[in-house]
Amino acid sequence: MAKVVFTTNVQRHVGCPDAVAEGHTVREVLENVFARNPQARGYVLDDQSALRKHMTIFVDGRMIRDRARLADAVADGSTIYVFQALSGG
Amino acid sequence: MSDKILVSTRKGLFTVSRNGRAWKITATDFLGDNVTLTLTDARDGRHYAALDHGHFGVKLHRSTANGWEEIAVPAYPPKPEGYEEHDMWGRPINWSTARIWALAAGGADEPGVIWCGTLPGGLFRSADHGASWEMIRSLWDHPKRKQWMGGGADLPGIHSICVDPRNSKRVWIAVSTGGIWSTQDAGASWTQRGEGMRAEHVPPELTHDPITQDVHCLVQCPAATDRMWVQHHNGIFVSSDEGRTFTEITDVAPSTFGFPVVVHPREPDTAWFVPEIKDEKRIPREGRLVVSRTRDGGRSFDVLTKGLPQSHAYDVVYRHALALDAAGERLAFGSTTGGVWVSEDQGDSWTCVTHTLPPVYAVRFA
Repeated sequence: MAKVVFTTNVQRHVGCPDAVAEGHTVREVLENVFARNPQARGYVLDDQSALRKHMTIFVDGRMIRDRARLADAVADGSTIYVFQALSGG
Repeated sequence: MSDKILVSTRKGLFTVSRNGRAWKITATDFLGDNVTLTLTDARDGRHYAALDHGHFGVKLHRSTANGWEEIAVPAYPPKPEGYEEHDMWGRPINWSTARIWALAAGGADEPGVIWCGTLPGGLFRSADHGASWEMIRSLWDHPKRKQWMGGGADLPGIHSICVDPRNSKRVWIAVSTGGIWSTQDAGASWTQRGEGMRAEHVPPELTHDPITQDVHCLVQCPAATDRMWVQHHNGIFVSSDEGRTFTEITDVAPSTFGFPVVVHPREPDTAWFVPEIKDEKRIPREGRLVVSRTRDGGRSFDVLTKGLPQSHAYDVVYRHALALDAAGERLAFGSTTGGVWVSEDQGDSWTCVTHTLPPVYAVRFA
């Protein structure tokens, strides 16, 4: 199980409470979270299910490398932070 | 006549209402958020508001009896594995809604149908008041669609949608840049329109190619659908055959450059524009904010100034920021410098509602 924490900035648009979900990759974990909170999906992922251009994700303090497929590995007990990047104004 | 105006701005949606003879801001929604466009569906009174949250993407909201609710946003289909297309700078084009740039209600015979134009060039149709959207693949997959280019934005986009009030299967759209396209069969097939327009930003052999045209705004007279007006990057054009051919209108004071155009609902020869100096100098001539109006199909224009700032005004009025009410009597427009003006006499005189709003992207009578 991994813990997912969303930026506070998104909370005024759509509720994204901290969540715990199964998964071996960022994709698997996030899809499990979005299955329970489908409205949040479009705030983080674009129409191709890639990470939105001005969003960023950290796994245990390390920024992910695969923004398109979200294939970065997640370990049991990992913490995933979904943040907005400081690009895009 | 309409007593309510929705003003979309960089920092929220403002409702302007007529109270007595005064127009005042009576409501604010989405304060702090980027509201790019609204649609009021005259068939059922629903309002739609497009938002761009930047980091979090484009969203669409619909009015209810109890306020606004977020609804589905048009979404692009999965891009085929290994397929790439690129913009004019060679950058990959993401198949994802980058902006909602046009919203139009369908015909009276199809309640709940809404058309939506987007960047990077997808056209969408909803049959359920925006609860779900279907991309018009016949247009997106049209081989010539790949010749569309950025104009008003880095990516190509559909900014104007005209639905024939007599036959809702007939729809015209305009693209910046990509010219005018029409369907006769509710979007099953598309034909390029717009012979006669002229583009200065391409080599001579492409100047008159309809697909190179940077239409800024396309409108159609509801009572006389043969008549279409175009405010184009390189001037003003008028059509008398439903957009098949256009004639350029020249020698218009103070300028033929601008973004918006509106046409009277019953008088096809009457249209309004907000001129800027020119392409490379997008401010009102001599700092005088004016509206130009023709009542004779473009043979002559009135330059309307009463009530508008005539000194050091640098307002730019975007393509969706000039509106005419359904009666054809009241006009309203908003500017990049946060001004909103209303006219109750077809533009002869204007009243400033406010000059302290955030940059105005769209003005619509509600």
